[in-house]
Amino acid sequence: MKRHTRHVTADLAVIGTGIAGCAASIFARDLGLTVAQIGHSGAMAYTTGYIDLLGVLDGRVLDDPWSGLDALRSTDACHPLARMTNHDIRTAFDRFVRLLGEMGLGYTAPGDRNVSALLPYGTTKPTLSLPDTMLPGSDALHRRAPALIIDFEGLQGFSATEFCTNMASVWPGLRPARLVFPGLEARPVFPEVMARTLETPVAQEQLADLIQPLLNGAETIGLPAILGLQAPDRVRARLEQLTGATLFEIPTIPPGVPGIRLREAFERELPRRGVLLEPQNKVSEAILRSTGVDLTVQGALDDLRIEASAAVLASGRFLSGGLKSDRYRVKETVLNLPVRQPETRDGWFSAEYLDPAGYPVNKAGIEIDAAFRPLGPDGVPASDRLFAAGVVLAHQDWVRQRCGAGLAIATAYGAVQAAAGSINAR
Amino acid sequence: MTSLRETDVLIIGAGATGAGVMRDLALRGISSILIDRSDLNAGASGGNHGLLHSGGRYVSADTRTAAECHREADILKRIAPHCIDDCGGMFVAVEWDDETFARRFPDHCRDAGLPCKELSTDAARTREPALPGTVIAAYAVPDATIDPFALVLGHVDHAIHLGDSAYLPHTAVDVFEIANGVIEMAMCRDLRTGAETRIRARQVINAGGASTMDIAQRAGCSDVKLLYSKGTLLVSNTRISKGVINRLRVPGDGDILAPGGTVSLLGTSSVTVPRIEDNRPTVAEIDHILAEGTQMLPVLETTRFIRAFSGVRPLLAAPDAGGNARRASRRFLLFDHEDQGLKNFVTIAGGKLTTFRLMAEKTADLVAARLGNTAASTTSTTPLPQGDAIRWTEPGLAARDWYRRADPSDMIMCECEMVAQSAVDDITADAPGAESHMSLKAIAQRSRIGKGACQGAFCAMRVTSHLYDTGVYDSRGGLELMRAFLAERYRGVRPVLWGAQLPQAELAEILHCGLAGLDLMGSSTTGEPE
Repeated sequence: MKRHTRHVTADLAVIGTGIAGCAASIFARDLGLTVAQIGHSGAMAYTTGYIDLLGVLDGRVLDDPWSGLDALRSTDACHPLARMTNHDIRTAFDRFVRLLGEMGLGYTAPGDRNVSALLPYGTTKPTLSLPDTMLPGSDALHRRAPALIIDFEGLQGFSATEFCTNMASVWPGLRPARLVFPGLEARPVFPEVMARTLETPVAQEQLADLIQPLLNGAETIGLPAILGLQAPDRVRARLEQLTGATLFEIPTIPPGVPGIRLREAFERELPRRGVLLEPQNKVSEAILRSTGVDLTVQGALDDLRIEASAAVLASGRFLSGGLKSDRYRVKETVLNLPVRQPETRDGWFSAEYLDPAGYPVNKAGIEIDAAFRPLGPDGVPASDRLFAAGVVLAHQDWVRQRCGAGLAIATAYGAVQAAAGSINAR
Repeated sequence: MTSLRETDVLIIGAGATGAGVMRDLALRGISSILIDRSDLNAGASGGNHGLLHSGGRYVSADTRTAAECHREADILKRIAPHCIDDCGGMFVAVEWDDETFARRFPDHCRDAGLPCKELSTDAARTREPALPGTVIAAYAVPDATIDPFALVLGHVDHAIHLGDSAYLPHTAVDVFEIANGVIEMAMCRDLRTGAETRIRARQVINAGGASTMDIAQRAGCSDVKLLYSKGTLLVSNTRISKGVINRLRVPGDGDILAPGGTVSLLGTSSVTVPRIEDNRPTVAEIDHILAEGTQMLPVLETTRFIRAFSGVRPLLAAPDAGGNARRASRRFLLFDHEDQGLKNFVTIAGGKLTTFRLMAEKTADLVAARLGNTAASTTSTTPLPQGDAIRWTEPGLAARDWYRRADPSDMIMCECEMVAQSAVDDITADAPGAESHMSLKAIAQRSRIGKGACQGAFCAMRVTSHLYDTGVYDSRGGLELMRAFLAERYRGVRPVLWGAQLPQAELAEILHCGLAGLDLMGSSTTGEPE
């Protein structure tokens, strides 16, 4: 049987369905561009759900990410975030967080200061915005409010005892407790399954009944992030009503519910906003033309051919397949763009584990110009119609600097603005 | 806090030799305390191919060592079959190799009494499909592999169960108190807690591997002279060959591919090193081993490797070897130190994993005689028992056990190697060393935890949480021990990070920094909210 090929034209093709790709599609639709987006969004389940902007600089935890960005501009001008003004970054960040709210995932409005967000092992992470379901945990930490932390039999890698023990020096008054999740007795339990279960009123009531006897005066309760997938704020409100206590979520070991919520929300919302979304496929061929970018996607049943006037490359790093390596060099996988990287493999990783400077390979990636255009081998833009965003970019260390989401959102905004300019100028 | 312990024999060094001596003595009715500054097999006993040499590697240079290997391997196959994969082996020369040297191999084997069967190129490639068409000579020999961790755990466990013997991990001798040619007391320290233990033993055995020279000097003996040879090996993600494949040439680097259960080990390099502290594998060593190894097995060019490690061979310094460790003797030597003025101190040095039992027997013979014990060694005939808490180093066992028991509440903690919570609980309860607060690292050494493709990225976090739940950890120190475990894994992982392992490394960063905040631990601001 001959394979069928669908032909599509779009103003903008977005390669990648992580946070950068999804933000790019939204920003492009805001500008009235037609958008086709291709990628494989599995890696989003590895996020904590926190939307950070810049949490750590030179190994120091930042209280104020905005002045951190100012410092970055003077010390590390190649950092992708240093290529944008705080005004543009704030515009992009605000827009994105507002969008999450419109999609049913309440997030705190980004302010001027980072917040200490809770991590499951009793440590914290500086972040600028966090899910409404997680905010009361940070507040409780800030106030050193007594809290009951609950974990579940069979849920691995999340121990209320561990959380309370490791937090004890900064947050006394924590008390751990363990519950058996209703209907999931004597077996391993997974956050995604618990979250789907908790979308039903019956399960909410059963859980509340189990929590009640543990309260013993506690007004605040921490749980692993399992409070529903589609409408966590509603699930949380309902459980608070049933228990009479304030509830908050703590992220879990991946695949985690906060990331799955984001992925599912985008997969619902983007088509609704007119984006042609192919979230289960990767680009198999990309050709740069003077008039735009042609992409081929090999689907399970048919092929998709996209002719776009411009493209944003937001394909991620090694985990998402945007970069790969052999024993000698790191390569970019979609267009074979040059990758800035250490001279030899011996320089990729530092001698010491968790070297405070970050591993040099963390900052490998593709180089861009001021208009977010990837540079070709000769140091000039590979195309006037190709732009790049997100963690595939060089000169940043998103994990260590706690800037992954902010970098994705801000550079998606910058790349889309530049792409729109190139399309309108034709 | 100081405690005093009394015993017949103090054994320093919990590698194969120390564990072997402990069991040999226990079988003669002699009690001992075994101590190690780290833990079981922390040195060369754990840092090797796991090869139970047929002797083939030494036939051309040292007939006696070759014959000794052959005899000892046969004994171990009888007494400890559960620790051994009797997979067979092959010596193979390829186009670039010296054919004249290769053709003399059967004669050398005959001289050492070693069975050896010539194989045609086709027969060799049928047996080992990974071999290339460039094979010019191939001989089958009775090589096998041995799990050094199962072996040592089994020996220590057996000795403990036979009587009054004990094992103390992370314990080292600070000072020997010597009077009238007798070590009267060993002042020891628990390196984790700082607590002092005084051990009064009638005899003291130095089986410290690469540390034997230091330990002997601490007792005032200057007669032990060693040459340190660093060897590096790579671990592949899957098993590449059915049996051991040796390069048939003058022993060099990257010569041996040995199966290790579900994986294969490729090595080694041999670099004479002045000190033994920092024996981490390097990128240059890995690339060198691969360049050599791919000549014999081109498939190695595209093989996925998940880890590397280095061991230090403590070799007896032979006057004719110069600085060349490949030419140094693989023989062992027992020092009675009587000419050094000591009556109750012995050092056992040199040797090989394959000959550890014989080394232990000779050592125990001397010490037993000094104690007036006339019982003969029975280790060449007494089977090594197995036990519930010490069987978890065997690849694939955890998975089989879990499927067989079909208990859905018994969670899998390490998905790569299918190690269940019940196995972790067995080990923390009963494995040798359990009485002294078993850490993630100690559990990993007694199981397959952290040995799969993710190299502990996930299971370190799961096991750590479980150890908090079960009360083994009760402070932030548990998180620091997790970091220390991962730091040690990283040393071995770093030089093989390319290809499919780079996504794993990125995932590890996301988990350990993004989700656990380990990179900010100890920084003044972490955990200190605004």
